[in-house]
Amino acid sequence: MTTWAAREHHRFEAAGKPFVYLVPSAAIFELDEAADALLRTLSDRPRTRAELTEFDNVDETLADLVRVQAIGEVAAAARPSPKVIPLAPVADGGAGFGVPLTTMVLNVTNQCNLSCTYCYEYGEDKIVDTANGRQPKFMSEATARESVDFLLREAGDVAHITFFGGETLLNFPVLVKTIEYARRRAAEEGKSVDFSLTTNATLLKPEIIEFIAENRIGVTISIDGPKEVQDKFRVFNNGAGSYDLVAPKIRELLRRHRSRPIGARVTLTSANLDVKKIFRHLTDDIGFWEVGFAPVTTSATRGHAISDAGYDWMLDQFRDLAHEYLEAAVANRHHGFSNVNETLEELHKGVSKAYPCGAGLGLLGVATDGDVALCHRFAGSDTHKVGTVATGIDRGAQRAFLEKHHIANKTDCSICWARPLCAGGCYHEAHTRYGDTGRPNLHYCEWIRGWTGVCLEVYGELSVRNPAYFARFEDEHEASQVS
Amino acid sequence: MKHLKSVNRKAGRIEKATAPDVVALQRTGVPQMPHFPLGCSLIFSPGWEADRTGGTAGLCQPVERDLFDCHIGCYWPAQVPDQLNHAPDWTAKCAAAQKDWRKMDLIFP
Repeated sequence: MTTWAAREHHRFEAAGKPFVYLVPSAAIFELDEAADALLRTLSDRPRTRAELTEFDNVDETLADLVRVQAIGEVAAAARPSPKVIPLAPVADGGAGFGVPLTTMVLNVTNQCNLSCTYCYEYGEDKIVDTANGRQPKFMSEATARESVDFLLREAGDVAHITFFGGETLLNFPVLVKTIEYARRRAAEEGKSVDFSLTTNATLLKPEIIEFIAENRIGVTISIDGPKEVQDKFRVFNNGAGSYDLVAPKIRELLRRHRSRPIGARVTLTSANLDVKKIFRHLTDDIGFWEVGFAPVTTSATRGHAISDAGYDWMLDQFRDLAHEYLEAAVANRHHGFSNVNETLEELHKGVSKAYPCGAGLGLLGVATDGDVALCHRFAGSDTHKVGTVATGIDRGAQRAFLEKHHIANKTDCSICWARPLCAGGCYHEAHTRYGDTGRPNLHYCEWIRGWTGVCLEVYGELSVRNPAYFARFEDEHEASQVS
Repeated sequence: MKHLKSVNRKAGRIEKATAPDVVALQRTGVPQMPHFPLGCSLIFSPGWEADRTGGTAGLCQPVERDLFDCHIGCYWPAQVPDQLNHAPDWTAKCAAAQKDWRKMDLIFP
């Protein structure tokens, strides 16, 4: 006799209805009463068909649940997800590769005029010796041009260039030349290219703001919130806070640059966790279109590392903001909480990740000397190097990286229902915490599951109250911001 | 589906991909496997008028292909050599059954 068991899933409720998030397909279904009752019974323990006679019409319900693989026969184990390395040559036997490069992050300098005390660049990760290293402190125009040529060789029809640092605007002259050159070369190749940058806003001045606005450059500002928060960590090397300098410059940028939404990117630490207050200040007082939050990347022993209790408080505030977002979305109003927006988009598409992010795949970072790394956070690292802009991507190194970091290798993740979205989390975070990019970030699993759960509830409720809202996620959105 | 309603895009794709088909004995809810015709022409089954995927590429035609499909995936109505023990190289010269079936030797025990 057939024995039925529940397969991996996460059940949740929204708008008073039961839903299920299936793993690893990442499909979301709303259940009726019969399906919900049956799935819960089978989640408790496997049952034979004879044990299910109390359910009406049970064969029909079983068939529906089997069809989407929410349940299955005990004897037939769920098939493991195939380990497909996206670098495999394409089927037509050509030398083509699965994933073209879409985003190149140019570290135009490894120098910074701020000395934020939590910065990974000068802290735990020890990737680049910014003071005495062999790499130039600033990227040369020649290297930047080579990088553009490299990107256009590797990219499909659409390419994004993100300028990063250090403090990006310390090398503004090269940034200007690079954009000019990239526009010309892209036009010659018949490709489209667009630009964004991340800055701490200290060096914004009218000419720069004018240039950014004229060239429709996407901007992400690193800022932590109101004065007392910003000045705690985001300081100059004499210890003076940066709030009073940056706030008027940011207001000026927001006033002049209207062609692209400008986002704030906040680093959360143990001493800086008042998410709602920060959000209010950055949206209502300063005027940012959206605000994204990320916990600081650091070792567990640092004072500013977020504790477990800190993560719980953070989650409570994220939940409150997510519910604000929900009410805004029901009324088709904008709400600038970008963390929830990004997760909802992934939930809507049913993203099921083999890798936590595009690093080493569709996104690469370029160091000041033209070395190509997994992403901007590894730019300049010899151990995480996957080529140079002159010689191209080292396919052997890239393949080895993709082999090692596939979700199928992360045993800890194999029993977690949040893995379709998380896939083990940031490589750089893992490198900083455990000294190994291949380790899943076990220190924030509870937080990830908690947050994914919140987003699922928001998604489920939106699907009942305003499903038309999801239309905005159908089009590919702009190049993701770099943090 | 009566008891489940697809909500996100992936759910919609799964619903579409598993939609019941008119083809013969194809069952829904069974994981899709590589094509092996199950059964032969004595049974009204996939492999006869449509293959597992609903297409015609995997049909038991031409008859030379039938030889291999029945031999590997099912049973051979007449005897074939014992390829496990006695005649492991029986089909060694037969790269593609449609073209090379003549190259398969008779085997005498």
